[in-house]
Amino acid sequence: MSVLTRKADRIDRLADQHGLSLWQEALRRLRRSPPAIIGAVIVVLFVVIALVGPLLVPHDPLSQAWRGEISEARGAFPGPRAENWLGVDHLGRDEFSRLIVGARQTLIVGVVSTLLGLAVGVLIGGIAGAAAGLGGRAGRFLDSFIMRIIDMLLAVPSLLLAVSVAAVLGQSLATVMIAIGLVSVPIFARLLRGAMLAQAESEYVTAAVALGVPQWKIAWSHLLPNSVGPVIVQATLTLATAIIEAAALSFLGLGNADAAIPEWGVMLADAQRYLSVRPEWAIYPSVGIIVIALGFTLLGESMREALDPKLRR
Amino acid sequence: MGRFIARRLMQLVPTLFGLSILLFIWPRQLPGGPETALLGDRGTPEQLVLIRQSLGLDEPLIVQYGKFLERLARFDLGTSISTRRPVLTEFADRFPATVELTVTAMIIAIGLGIPLGYLAARHRGSILDQLSVGWSLLGVCVPIFFLGYVLKAVGAENLGWFPSTGRQDPTIDATHVTGFYVLDGLLTQEWDASLDALWHLVLPGLTLASIPLAAIVRITRASVIEVLGTEHVRTAEAKGLTDAVLRRRHVLRNAMLPVSTTIGLMTGTLLSGAVLTETVFAFAGIGAFLAQAISELDYPVLMGFILFIALIYVLVNLVVDVSYGLIDPRIRVR
Amino acid sequence: MPLLDVSDLAVTFAPRGRPAVNAVDGVSFQVNAGEVVGLVGESGSGKSVTAMAILGLLPKGKEVQVTGRASLDGTDLLSLDRRRLRDVRGRDVAMVFQDPLSSLNPVVPIGTQVTEVLTRHRGLSGSAARKEAADLLERVGIPDPTRRLRDYPHQLSGGMRQRVLIAIAVACRPRLIIADEPTTALDVTIQAQILDLLSGLVKDSGTSLLLITHDLGVVAGLCDTVNVFYAGRLVETAKRRQLFGAPQHPYTLGLIGSIPRLDTPRGDRLAAIPGSVRDVLPWPTGCAFAPRCALSADECVAGPPALHVVDEGHTHRCVRAGAPS
Repeated sequence: MSVLTRKADRIDRLADQHGLSLWQEALRRLRRSPPAIIGAVIVVLFVVIALVGPLLVPHDPLSQAWRGEISEARGAFPGPRAENWLGVDHLGRDEFSRLIVGARQTLIVGVVSTLLGLAVGVLIGGIAGAAAGLGGRAGRFLDSFIMRIIDMLLAVPSLLLAVSVAAVLGQSLATVMIAIGLVSVPIFARLLRGAMLAQAESEYVTAAVALGVPQWKIAWSHLLPNSVGPVIVQATLTLATAIIEAAALSFLGLGNADAAIPEWGVMLADAQRYLSVRPEWAIYPSVGIIVIALGFTLLGESMREALDPKLRR
Repeated sequence: MGRFIARRLMQLVPTLFGLSILLFIWPRQLPGGPETALLGDRGTPEQLVLIRQSLGLDEPLIVQYGKFLERLARFDLGTSISTRRPVLTEFADRFPATVELTVTAMIIAIGLGIPLGYLAARHRGSILDQLSVGWSLLGVCVPIFFLGYVLKAVGAENLGWFPSTGRQDPTIDATHVTGFYVLDGLLTQEWDASLDALWHLVLPGLTLASIPLAAIVRITRASVIEVLGTEHVRTAEAKGLTDAVLRRRHVLRNAMLPVSTTIGLMTGTLLSGAVLTETVFAFAGIGAFLAQAISELDYPVLMGFILFIALIYVLVNLVVDVSYGLIDPRIRVR
Repeated sequence: MPLLDVSDLAVTFAPRGRPAVNAVDGVSFQVNAGEVVGLVGESGSGKSVTAMAILGLLPKGKEVQVTGRASLDGTDLLSLDRRRLRDVRGRDVAMVFQDPLSSLNPVVPIGTQVTEVLTRHRGLSGSAARKEAADLLERVGIPDPTRRLRDYPHQLSGGMRQRVLIAIAVACRPRLIIADEPTTALDVTIQAQILDLLSGLVKDSGTSLLLITHDLGVVAGLCDTVNVFYAGRLVETAKRRQLFGAPQHPYTLGLIGSIPRLDTPRGDRLAAIPGSVRDVLPWPTGCAFAPRCALSADECVAGPPALHVVDEGHTHRCVRAGAPS
């Protein structure tokens, strides 16, 4: 076991909590857990705002309609008033409308990058898991080869991985999403592989092998469906970190170069220059990020707890 | 124990090999190739030719890789595009600051996290437990740079208790020997310099500590709960041992295994966090330098940074592994 | 006066959102000085919970309720405060658990695990404690004890680990040792060695032994007095001779009947008790064993069965004892 597989071990241990059959009981327990309910309410609210909000905003988030009223030199920016509920930003755009539209963009960044990481991670982890579980010696070799690479990815700090990707691909929202997605690939791959390996050792898989069910079919219809639990939990938690990391990348200037499309991370980065004059420009998107991250985290942690057989009495 | 460490070192070889390959490929994927990346936009055609030769870009890849390894072995990380100084020198100048910051953060996180996690586990379901679980969840969700700004606004600007930026008050006449300002003050017996440097570390240290703190509290809590339920703790209780012995020898010692792993894993997060923290507090360390390098696309610095961090990460995990072996005799035998 | 006098002990587990379970209910028995007393019953019958309750080792909190008395030399252990109870544990009453691997701390050398009781209760420290620990290990039959002190539990075999636990138990010359299924987790060949060791040690030092087991064979070889548990209740208490000579309760009869014997004709099947310990009636309704009992009649479920005294030291709770089936 190499030093770098320690993190891997921890993920594998999470993967032990397997089995689709747990979901019914888990759902029952989730409904009785206050953190889960709070998390779910936050997430649903956020999704609703992101979906319908942009249709209902009072102003065009891109229009610099109040540009004439601001004076950067004097630090004079119109504050909250009837027309602009949260005032206007440094370019004379309606802050409230930008925040609402930014919620959609932030959700898109979080979801797309998570799905990206999930898709690639599940593909790699699924191949490795199926190979290791069913493929005999050649399969184990393929598995250990894949996992060595995954472990290496795991060793590179996430921000650094993102910086490297951004350096190659240039500055854009797509870069941010790819970078953040890449960071979560090894986590998903490890998790799924571990869960599938645990399944592969169970009796019913042995039975299926003995009955002569084709290997791809065992992998597809037994190993995979019974291993998705921890992966779904991790995806929920990853949504939270993805949003936070996107904000961090924007903060470092790696985010969307085209700041016209409002996104909370970019808004936060823009607000830095005006911290002494208008700290609320940084506070609004930050609080938004914190609340939504908390929502996904509460939901994910509650799901993990509900699915953990050890915590069930 | 010696053999155990040697074996662990051997296992590093493939990882480092893989990393070197990645680092070798990376600049060759950059737009304009490695030569533009290393020189920036300011490179003249003559310089371009020169660097192509020195990198051996016209030779077969394997030769290029050999030269690359040779430069790495000489710690030649190239020259920063923006400062025109060797990357290694830049790092050496800033390294102590980052170490001071991360060590401070780790001391805060471990010093608060382990007792808090232990107490939460011991009094499961109490208000203290719920608070520390809630706090640790929140801690993960607050972007570290936001926390930094809040702490700076409150602790430095509103209350005025702590300095808001920098590593040391420039008006203090401090002699710098090692570059570790706190240590320098102690070595030269300039107590005020040491104290001032320490004072400057409080807010950034707290900021950076927030994420490892949350993780350490949660892992400690979970693993203490697990250990408390084991039979050897019941045996120890049946022996009538005092609370102190029970806690130290039979609960915490066992519970520290996953905690030490977590601490090792936090290194990457901590270094990522240092980049953000140092930027917020204008703390002249490697992180702030990197943030600048990112915005200026200073590739040699970025590359050096990746290598550097990977090395630190690997070394810290080696230390964690060894400490793991020290705590758990079963690992050593395997 | 008996050394240990347990009277009307009851343990109720009431997990939140679940019905309460009376794991132990109205249990009374005595252990005299120098006596070996057995607690016998199927797994889940409340023997271990009884032992844990006596030493206050059950988890504390609203979910676990312990009532009754357990007096050691007149001091009620159940009402002692934590600090005084800790003085008793390991010094006056020591325990040996079932699984020797998980009962030893895997990351602490066994030497420390022996010396820590010596330090705690006998004030020995440093080389004196180590010397004493080595002597103890030697007494429980561990070869090369001085070197073994530095070993970790995983470096010892199962039998050796149980010997270490026994060494820890006898370290402070307690007046009572509670052994909870001390041989269940061991190989059959080692079980006899460990039992011999245990009985030899208590005989030499005049220590009382409370032996918890599901194995009547162990009881027959070792115990002076036997208490038979069924579903958290004591159904029969007797001297060894009385129990094997004239068992009264149908459950005891069933247990004895299920022991394989050399003199049964080949091909005969072992007599098994039908049903499982889960098919119980709540005690106020009647005899808990009634659903599995061949003798059961209406009177069995007409209320809790009264205590019948057969002979001196021989009691049982069966209203139909001796009735033809």
